[in-house]
Parts: sequence; structure tokens; C-alpha cells
Amino acid sequence: MADALLDLGARRARGIPKAPRSRASRARLAGFIVLHVVIIAGAVAMFFPFLWTIITSITPGATLTNAPALIPTDPSLEPYVRLFTERPFVQVVLNSLLLAAITTAVQLITSSTAAYAFSRLPFRGQGFVFAIYLATMMIPLQVLIVPLFVELKTFGLLNSYLGALLPTFASAFGIFLLRQAINQVPRDLDEAATIDGAGHFRIFFQVVLPNIRPALATLVVFSFMSSWNSFLWPLIVLRSPELQTLPIALAALQGQYISDWDVIMAGSVVSVIPMLALYIFAQKYVVQGVASSGIK
Amino acid sequence: MTAPAARLALDGRPRDPKSRPVRSRRNRARYALVVLAFLLPSAIPLLAFTLGPMIAALWVSLNQWNLLAPMKFIGLGNYAKLLSDPQTGDVFLHTLYYVAGYLPIVYIGGLALALALNTALKGRSLLRGIYFLPVVTSWIVVALVWRWLLSPSSGVVNTVLGFFGIAGPGWWTDPNWAMPSIIIASAWKDLGFVMIILLAGLQAIPTDMYDASKMDGAGWWRRLFSITLPLLSPSTFFVLVISLINGFQVFDQVYAMTGGGPNGASEVVVEQIYDMTFRYGEAGEASALSWILFVVILAVTVIQVRGQRRWVTYG
Repeated sequence: MADALLDLGARRARGIPKAPRSRASRARLAGFIVLHVVIIAGAVAMFFPFLWTIITSITPGATLTNAPALIPTDPSLEPYVRLFTERPFVQVVLNSLLLAAITTAVQLITSSTAAYAFSRLPFRGQGFVFAIYLATMMIPLQVLIVPLFVELKTFGLLNSYLGALLPTFASAFGIFLLRQAINQVPRDLDEAATIDGAGHFRIFFQVVLPNIRPALATLVVFSFMSSWNSFLWPLIVLRSPELQTLPIALAALQGQYISDWDVIMAGSVVSVIPMLALYIFAQKYVVQGVASSGIK
Repeated sequence: MTAPAARLALDGRPRDPKSRPVRSRRNRARYALVVLAFLLPSAIPLLAFTLGPMIAALWVSLNQWNLLAPMKFIGLGNYAKLLSDPQTGDVFLHTLYYVAGYLPIVYIGGLALALALNTALKGRSLLRGIYFLPVVTSWIVVALVWRWLLSPSSGVVNTVLGFFGIAGPGWWTDPNWAMPSIIIASAWKDLGFVMIILLAGLQAIPTDMYDASKMDGAGWWRRLFSITLPLLSPSTFFVLVISLINGFQVFDQVYAMTGGGPNGASEVVVEQIYDMTFRYGEAGEASALSWILFVVILAVTVIQVRGQRRWVTYG
């Protein structure tokens, strides 16, 4: 935000909205200022809940009724210490990281191979198969809960990581996203590689994948995010406390430590950090990835 | 999507007379193996864990079943029971209330944000990041924070309202305000998602269209309605389809913020499915309700896809 304010100053210093001479340019300057004020005020309002969360997480003893001061007088990391010592939160964070990493890796493989097949390997009934793939995007997870539960119970996979992971292995959204990206890779590149004697596997690895990096980065963000934040399915499958993931552990914290808001908020901050890091790493690709997916 | 497939030749290659190779049976078998190698990694999990269970849910919905005792076939009994139960209407009404409140806020808000953050603001990647932050945050965290912000006695929102002499409502503790509380938190969370999709759409609009219309003396509003919105219609369509699909499936925030209460005032369809299955042991009825919900979502989506010709223009 400070960045944007400074920038406004710099912009004016550079004279980008020229010194107001005519009424039109004065109106434009006014519009420019109003836009900045509204956008920055909006960002402050957007960010406020996070700020509040952070402040609460470093104010030991903060409760629902005993709200912390906006500027903490005696900041301390004690709530974080309590979070990780009194609760199995190290385990919980590791569980979530493991599940999200596996889901993301597997979805990258299943989505990119399927997308290559739909984009580059014509076969009879391809359109029909692709339509069915897309239709699975429209099936709400909740429709599948009971039969999935029974299926995994039959295989003895309840209360196991594999049970939590298996239903996330293929993502129609990811396949759609990557197919649109592969469609935009020029076919001349494939042909040149074919002339050099490359088969489909080499074209896939050496020509197509390097050319769809923004879409792959976008998929990484969305896959990781959906696994990291998923609630309903892990809640049903992972019953043992030592298998719990972050969202479930946080929901449970709320029940147990009803008055320890500092600890709850410390857990919330911990849950946001990896996603924030991932977003910062991938942000330059994300807008580009969505833009090139043809969703426009 | 189906048109190119319909033109496929029997040997699995596009019918292209110029380059069509003469293929032996062995080559064809090898090509089929390549296709399978690329397709099976996704086809197996989709069949086993999405399509299969979906068909199974249809069968479960025709039975009475508490997940433990053997199933008892009762035909359409679960559907008849659901349709005569006034609570079914209630949970659908609550879901509709959510969708009707949520959708206009996120679309108009997301559009305004996308338009603003597509201008030559510097520091805009920071601003985009801030607006996108709630999207990547777990619903459980968002719900926790918003329950606190909207806490009736000591919450920040009511404190600020009190500062202006307004007595704030009971928010999620009040049956009349429980759903608005959920809508506010949901809109706050999803605004950034809508913004990113629309931003990508805006960036695909060629700038020379704006230059031409500026030369014609068109004002900002005029350009918005005659260029931006029509050219943005595919993104708008995507946002509406996705938001409606997600809106009808609203669950996490309800579960975490109100648990469907107070007094069932915010009980939505999926919350009901969850309770029926895992609290009351009525898996058959829950599956029937799941299928009713699926058919509703499918119908809404098909209507949107059909209706898009009237207002969506693909460049």
C-alpha cells in the first residue's frame, strides 16, 4: 500500500497526469486520485481481517471479549509456542504439506498427459470422451461422498492417506486448463521434432511441457490450494488425530480452545503462510496462465 | 468439440488426404498403446473415484440404508419422502438466498476491481496480491476470523457501527442475519477469484479498439457498455457458470460459521446431505438429495449454456 502511495507521488512528480490546465485534465486528475483512494481503501479493508489475525496471534491472552489493541503493547510469540507444543501441530502441518505436494505432483502428471492426448493424439470418440471428462467438473463432491466412503471402506482405505488422496488424483479442471494451453503450442514445433525422429513421448517432454510453463504454474497454485484447504473429504476419511490436516485441526481447535483466540489465530496465520509463499512465487504466471487458457 | 472428432477416420488419425500415412495393423496397435499410455493415468482415477461412485449414488438413493445394516430396496421412496418434507424446500430456499445475495456482490465487485487494477496503477501487483489473498486462504480460517469480526457483543464490525451510533445486529447468532453474515464472508473471500478471471479477460481485449472509440469521442461509461462488457462476456459467462455451480454446493463456510443454525436458519442443501449421512444415518435419503441437487445444478448450467448465444460474443 505504501508502495502504491509512493508510486502515486512518483507518478505525479514525473508529471504523468499533466499539471491541470484544462477542465478535462483536471477531471482526469480528480478521477485518478479518487480511483487510488478507493482501491487503496478497499485493499486496507480487504487486508484488515488478516492484520487482525496477525495482531491477535501475537497478543497472548486475547479472547473473544478481551480484544487485543490495534498496536500490541506486549507482543509475544507465546501463542505460536503453545500451538506447536500443546497440540500436534507440527504433525498437522507436515500432513497437509505431504498431501498437497502429492496431489499437486500427481495432478500435474495426469492432467498434462490427458491434455496431450486430447490435443495431439486424435482417436475415435475423442470428443465424446472429452465431454465426459468435462462433465465430471459439474458433479459436486457431495454427490460422491456416500459411495466413495463405501468404496474406500471396502478397500480398507478409510483413515489412511491413500484414501484421502485417491479421489484427488485426476482433475478435470486441470486437464481443461492444460489442453487449452497445449492447443496454443504451434504444431510446427511437433513436426520439426518428428522429422528429427522424435516420438510422442519425446515431443511431450521436450517440446510441449517447456512451452506451457505458465499454465503448469497456474495448475500448481490451484491444485496445491484445493488440497491444502480441502475440508469435507479429509474430515470424513481421516479420523485419527495423528492423520489430521490443517483445516480440520483448526476447526477442532475452535471447539476445544473456545477462549484461546490467540492460539487459534496463530494456527490461522500458519495455515496461510505456505499459500502466500506459493502465490508470490507463481503470481506472474497466474494471470498469464488464465489468460492463455482461452477462458477470457 | 464433437465436430473434429466426428471427422476422425477409422484408424484414429485425422482424415487428411495429403499426409495420411498407410498404416499397418502393427502401427495401429502401437498408436493405440500410445493413446492409452497418455489417457489412462487420468481415466482410471476419474472412472474409479468420480464416475463410478456417481452411478453408485443413484443406486444407493433407491434404498433405505444407514451405512451399517444391509440396504433395503424401496424404489423411489427416498425421493417421495424428500419431496413431501417441508425441510427440503427450506434448505433449497436457503441455498437460493445465498446464491442470490452472493452472486451480484462478487460479480459487480470483481468487475470494478478488475477494471481498476487493469489501469496503469503502479504497485498494482501488490494490490492484486492483497485482493487475491483471501482466495488462497482456507475457509476454516476465513470463517473463524469472520465469526470474530461479526461477533455481536465485541466484534470489530459492531464496534465500528456503534461508533456511528448504529446498534449492530446479532449477525450469525440471529436467525435473520445468519445468512447475510455467511454471504458477506463469502463475497470477501471470492472477490479476488472473480477479479483474476475478469482481469485475464480484460487483458485479452485489444487496446486499439479503445483508441478508435476514444477518437469517436465515446466517454468512459459508453466504452464500458459498448466495448468492454460485450468483449468480456465470455469471462462473465465463465464466472457465472462456476459461481453458480459453487454457490449451489455451498458448505464449508456454513459448516464453520453457523453449522446451519441458529434454529436451522442457514441450513443449506449440502449441510443437510452431510447431516443426513453422518449424523442421522440416512444414506439413501442423502444420496437422493445429492442427486436432486446434481440435477438442479446440471439444469441451471444447461440453461446458461443454451442462453449464452443471446449475450455472449466470442471474438
